[in-house]
Amino acid sequence: MFGWSDLVTALPEIIVLSMACLVLLVGLVLKPEKDGLLVSLTMLTLVFAALVTLRDHLGAEAFVAREAFNGAFVRDTFGDVLKLFMYMVMAAVVVFAKQYLRNRSLFKGEYFSLALFALVGMMVMVSGNNLVTLYLGLELLALSSYALVAFDRNHLKATEAAVKYFVLGALASGMLLYGLSMVYGAAGSLQLQNIAQAAATQPDARLLILGLVFVLVGVAFKLGAAPFHMWVPDVYTGAPTATTALIASAPKLAAFGLAVRLLGEGLGPLQIHWQSMVAILAVLSIVIGNLFAIQQTNIKRLFAYSTISHIGFMLLGFVGGADGFAAAMFYIITYALMAAGGFGLLIVLSGKGVEVENIEDLKGLNQRNGWLAFLMLLIIASMAGFPPLVGFVSKLWVLKAALDAGYLGLTIIAVIFAVIGAFYYLRVIKVMYFDDAQTDEAIVASVDARFFLNVLAIAQLALVLLTPMLLDVCSSAIAAL
Amino acid sequence: MLDKNILLVIAMAPLAAAVVAGLFGRKIGRTGAHLVTIAAVALSFVLSARILWAFVQGQAEPFNENLYTWMVAGDLRMHVGFLVDSLTAVMMAVVTFVSLMVHVYTIGYMHDDPGYQRFFSYISLFTFAMLMLVMSNNFLQLFFGWEAVGLVSYLLIGFWFKKESAIFANLKAFLVNRVGDFGFLLGIAAIVMAFGTLDYVEVFQHAESVVGKTISIFPGTQWQLITFICIALFIGAMGKSAQAPLHVWLPDSMEGPTPISALIHAATMVTAGIFMVARMSPLFELSEAALSFVMLTGAFTAFFMGLVGLVQNDIKRVIAYSTLSQLGYMTVALGVSAYNAAIFHLMTHAFFKALLFLGAGSVIIALHHKQDMKAMGGLRKYMPVTFLTMWIGTLALVGFPGFSGFFSKDIIIEATHESHRFGAGLAYAATLLGVLITALYSFRLMYLVFYGPERMDAHARAHVKESPWVVTLPLIMLAIPSVVIGWLAIEPMLFGDFFKGVIVVRPEHDVVAEIGEYQFHSPAQFVLHGFTGWPFWLMLLGLALTSYIYLRRPQVTERLKKTFAPLYRLLRNKYYFDEFYQKVFVRGAVRLGETLWQWLDQKLIDGVLVNGTARLVGRFSAAIRGWQTGYLYHYALTMVLAVVVLVAFYIF
Repeated sequence: MFGWSDLVTALPEIIVLSMACLVLLVGLVLKPEKDGLLVSLTMLTLVFAALVTLRDHLGAEAFVAREAFNGAFVRDTFGDVLKLFMYMVMAAVVVFAKQYLRNRSLFKGEYFSLALFALVGMMVMVSGNNLVTLYLGLELLALSSYALVAFDRNHLKATEAAVKYFVLGALASGMLLYGLSMVYGAAGSLQLQNIAQAAATQPDARLLILGLVFVLVGVAFKLGAAPFHMWVPDVYTGAPTATTALIASAPKLAAFGLAVRLLGEGLGPLQIHWQSMVAILAVLSIVIGNLFAIQQTNIKRLFAYSTISHIGFMLLGFVGGADGFAAAMFYIITYALMAAGGFGLLIVLSGKGVEVENIEDLKGLNQRNGWLAFLMLLIIASMAGFPPLVGFVSKLWVLKAALDAGYLGLTIIAVIFAVIGAFYYLRVIKVMYFDDAQTDEAIVASVDARFFLNVLAIAQLALVLLTPMLLDVCSSAIAAL
Repeated sequence: MLDKNILLVIAMAPLAAAVVAGLFGRKIGRTGAHLVTIAAVALSFVLSARILWAFVQGQAEPFNENLYTWMVAGDLRMHVGFLVDSLTAVMMAVVTFVSLMVHVYTIGYMHDDPGYQRFFSYISLFTFAMLMLVMSNNFLQLFFGWEAVGLVSYLLIGFWFKKESAIFANLKAFLVNRVGDFGFLLGIAAIVMAFGTLDYVEVFQHAESVVGKTISIFPGTQWQLITFICIALFIGAMGKSAQAPLHVWLPDSMEGPTPISALIHAATMVTAGIFMVARMSPLFELSEAALSFVMLTGAFTAFFMGLVGLVQNDIKRVIAYSTLSQLGYMTVALGVSAYNAAIFHLMTHAFFKALLFLGAGSVIIALHHKQDMKAMGGLRKYMPVTFLTMWIGTLALVGFPGFSGFFSKDIIIEATHESHRFGAGLAYAATLLGVLITALYSFRLMYLVFYGPERMDAHARAHVKESPWVVTLPLIMLAIPSVVIGWLAIEPMLFGDFFKGVIVVRPEHDVVAEIGEYQFHSPAQFVLHGFTGWPFWLMLLGLALTSYIYLRRPQVTERLKKTFAPLYRLLRNKYYFDEFYQKVFVRGAVRLGETLWQWLDQKLIDGVLVNGTARLVGRFSAAIRGWQTGYLYHYALTMVLAVVVLVAFYIF
């Protein structure tokens, strides 16, 4: 059985979970005109969870990782860093979503409670210490996501996307479970530490490697790495933009956490085996993501392929040992901020009755609102990896990690495709700045949405200055695993 | 010990003033702009003068310190630092003094110009750049100053940027200087290669170590490394100090306003090359070949450019060719190892040439910006101050015994005479005959402008009057050193210990010391001796010839033109240097550029490489787009297939 200390250790998760239920209930009884309370409650949850998460790290004594629930759950720096960024990104997404949902009469308690459930799933994914816990977190996130994608029930495309997502997700989950069962069979334990021990003693066991392949497939699906990426464009495009922003940002952090837990912690001794597999996935993701993105006219779809390529870059870090993990962590954190900012802008631009879907919808954004165009410029340029934005720094570090690990060819391919990728980013910038606006409709954005947009976009610049600090945090988080 | 903060103030005050006048010119107005820049330059001058005085008194130790490390690349450290010794002190005092005079003068000269504040900003910026150049303690900062003065020169030649000829001239100056700078940069690179450092003192300390080393510039040829370094550095000096064949930009630079012709293109910037070679004397002393090259280049310039000055009718161009010729003298002095004589002439020349330019400017103001001497004449009674000060400048230029130019020029001629370097005989002949030519064009200018019939039109004549005090004051202030500086400075600078340890001359090269031993006893004696020398009589011959021609028989000029028609044509066309450069280099470069642009850039790079790859990627991308069908079972199948492949890869 578990005691009080277990609950305290998992306090952030418990807070978010309880609040998810509370928001669900409040949403049922709340009068429509007072629905602002839902946003406030959600934001409050995030702030409170952040404070609780942060508290242990700010104390006088050094933070020590601790396990709970008989080792099924672990609270460590790695998880907490990722969680803090999740809260932040989720807060931004919730604020962006507010206006969007109102404009489309989709403003319901379910959205916020599903978002919080998804968050709990993500938190468990980065804090799970055995295979079952991790899987639980994954499924909680996945199920919430399916529902969120289908949130606009009457929208044909959204439901189609949800079904695709659900079926493929189920397939991937099945594979992951299959892999986990084999790993369990080979190692005789669900605990990551025990698995690592078993893997170290018998690194060439067939069963273990077979399990590893399936585990990797499951993780790759969650991340959206090629060739398990095909759901990404359809889901990103079909889902309401508010949902897209949600599933495109924070869950990437969670998937990264899951990948590190499973591959780094549990199956770390098998690195020589999964390294080359990850390298293949990385190359395929970069190549396919960039090549497909060139042809897109739909900006959500373009972002989807761009995500795939970014995941490829992040995976490059995985081939490079501890430094590589740190670089990948830096990469995924900055990417989550970029993605939230990028989709956030699309949400803000999609006013009442206007859906910003195509690149053309951004025409002349500079004329309509110079500042928003500039923020978008920062985000897009950062995605493309132009110095002096943080997207450049993050790419630099993962490339360096791959290079240090001896993957020269891989690095060259990645750089070439980064250049090719610059094309479609530049096209968006060109459309914003050099094409004439088709409407002169004013862009309405609430103060809080503006605030988060500014924060996320300016972070692309500011994080360059904070790079050493953030990299330090990532390195120590990885080292403490 | 010199205080580094004072040195910083000297260099930075003009920069600060330039920034204020340049960026806030509209706010502070015209008066504000000239007050702030003049105050800054005056401050620099006073502090520089104090430093010079300290060196003259022998109370100052050379200052050499790095103030800031700009960059470290491997073992190569790039600093910003100052080296202030007696040589630097002379240059600082000369630069700031002439600059101050020109600042004051500009108030009058640019009075009605809309770009008033901009002009003051530029000349202050120039002062800063020039100070950085002379105060540097390393090659990189030297190069910075070198390029910065070049930049300001470019900006100022094209100051009237709506004037077609000014734009042409500034571009020309910039491009020709690029040629020189390329050599200069090669020289610096060779120094880094040979010594591994950019610091003057370190380089000089190890200078001997490269003697005998060779370098292969072209396959199969071996050059003495030290000769290569010196000649490459000197090519830089040739560009900046307008030595033939890189002199073509200087006459054209007269398109700029007159104050900058005086400051930049006569007194200071163009002497940067002379200063640089003198500074590098420990290196140049090691290469006899390089010194010969320097000497012959100077001799050629001194003689042939003076000749061109004879046939010019634009008052500023005459002085410009005179400047070329005098720079040639300095270069000859460098070439015969008389570095101190070169610096001495640099200093006297700075005063009297600035005086001549500013005097010419005063005339130009009086005639409403007309520069053709054919339309002048008889101005002496209208402009007495200008007239008298111009006479002083002219006598100094032609080397009338007792005037500053006499001391410096005579020493150079004597030194050349004493030298046994290869080609020294030729150089001696050139410098001696140069005296005659100098006298011819100088007196011609005086007679055409101030004597004879008044050839300007009636309207101009009605308005001719002496210039305001802001113009005449600098003339007087410059006339004073043009007379006295020779008396004061010759002994310490040439025969004393003033440059000891700064300028290095090997005993067997030291021609100036020889002169000191046998011919020089005191300035007064030297002046008396001057009356008996060849240069004096040649100068008198020039005076007599011009007096006869321009005062008595002006029609002789026409006859001379006819008799020596081919020679006249050659000189009028400046030996066809411009035509040659225009046809070969300019047109050649344009044609090469066009060919490369059309074939290499447009077809190969743009067509095949850039657009070609883009098209390829685009097509490929379009082709594979179909893979994303939108069918769920396709997606699932892809996943399953991928799993199968991965498993197969790892299990088998």
